[in-house]
Amino acid sequence: MERPGCVEELILRRVPGGVSVARNSEAIGLGTEANLLSCADGTVPAPKVIQVFEPGSDIGEAFLMNRIPGQTIARKILRDDDYRIAREKLTHQCGAALAAIHAIPTADLPDLPTSGGLDQLEKYETIYRAFNLPRPVFELAIAWLKSNVPSAVPPVLVHGDFRLGNLIVDSDGLAAVLDWELAHLGDPREDIAWLCVNSWRFGHSQNRVGGFGHLDNLLTTYEASGGRKFSSDEIDWWEILGSLKWGIMCMIMYESFRSGTDPSVERAAIGRRVSETEIDLLNLLEQRA
Amino acid sequence: MHDAPSQKEMLTAVKAFIDDTAMPALKGHAAFHARVASNVLATVLRELEIRPAAESAEQQRLVALLGVDASAPVATLNEQLCNRLKQGDMDLNTPGLLAHLKTTTIDQLSVDQPAYSGLPSD
Repeated sequence: MERPGCVEELILRRVPGGVSVARNSEAIGLGTEANLLSCADGTVPAPKVIQVFEPGSDIGEAFLMNRIPGQTIARKILRDDDYRIAREKLTHQCGAALAAIHAIPTADLPDLPTSGGLDQLEKYETIYRAFNLPRPVFELAIAWLKSNVPSAVPPVLVHGDFRLGNLIVDSDGLAAVLDWELAHLGDPREDIAWLCVNSWRFGHSQNRVGGFGHLDNLLTTYEASGGRKFSSDEIDWWEILGSLKWGIMCMIMYESFRSGTDPSVERAAIGRRVSETEIDLLNLLEQRA
Repeated sequence: MHDAPSQKEMLTAVKAFIDDTAMPALKGHAAFHARVASNVLATVLRELEIRPAAESAEQQRLVALLGVDASAPVATLNEQLCNRLKQGDMDLNTPGLLAHLKTTTIDQLSVDQPAYSGLPSD
């Protein structure tokens, strides 16, 4: 988009063919995502919505947002010298951003699904059982999660996929939170723990927060920015649920190969990544024995 | 039956063809899938090496853990273990359970993803 003296770079988000087909059964539509970005505007670093196109428009359901420069590839953010200063700031910036997301008044939000920890456990257990590929580590994790349910906290807006890959990072740290399509009402600990799941530390396991930070620092900033006070112990249940969910998501992707829906070698190979989540689950569970 | 070339030799030859000839000639999505295909062959090669002894040890551990017939196949034993865990007859504090699951998972990862960050460093 050109204005006198400057060019503004924009991103068009649109559904293929203009018809909304959710990539994931839990995914919210583009219109809802645009609405959420507007709710986040001013408190959460996120793209600004410039214009929304309704489902019946010539272009189909879509929205325009500003393009934010930066990096999303996790391995570069965690390794490259360009992001050395960013890495030092990222834990605090993520703590503040999560607190801001969780503080958006629920009354202002568009209609969103509600999904608590037990809802998700039930959903993923059902999917796993339907595959009829029994895995003892998953059985242990499911049974442990069921007998150790944490006490509930009031529901908040949960981003649902807050991790490297979905964050734009520049040399100064967090520039924008993307990919709000799994947003729902739920438990704030889900977002904090998802960022800690070992699969999202991209090989930098020693740093529990996303491969770059320490959980105590994240929780301190989270509370100082208006979030609830949580201890790192309270995050464990959600991190175990997160690893289990990612393991079953890998099984879902393999299932699309097994069923013939997507016969690619890549879908076959991802079935051999489920064991990654099994060692992560065992590492977490053995501290609870 | 003949064994020349062996499974290992044939897989190694196909993997070398992908790595040295096919992959450099491919672009974009096809190059990505060639890399995945090469990784899959590497997984199969590791499995040929590791699985027989690892699975036999797994079977013996399962027989001891479950206290059942020593001739049962691994798949049947794992189903039984799953049922006991599901019913709550076994849990985190069952003697030997965690050690068995950890050894089995480490063996599995030494086939699937030997460089995975969650593996114990030694």
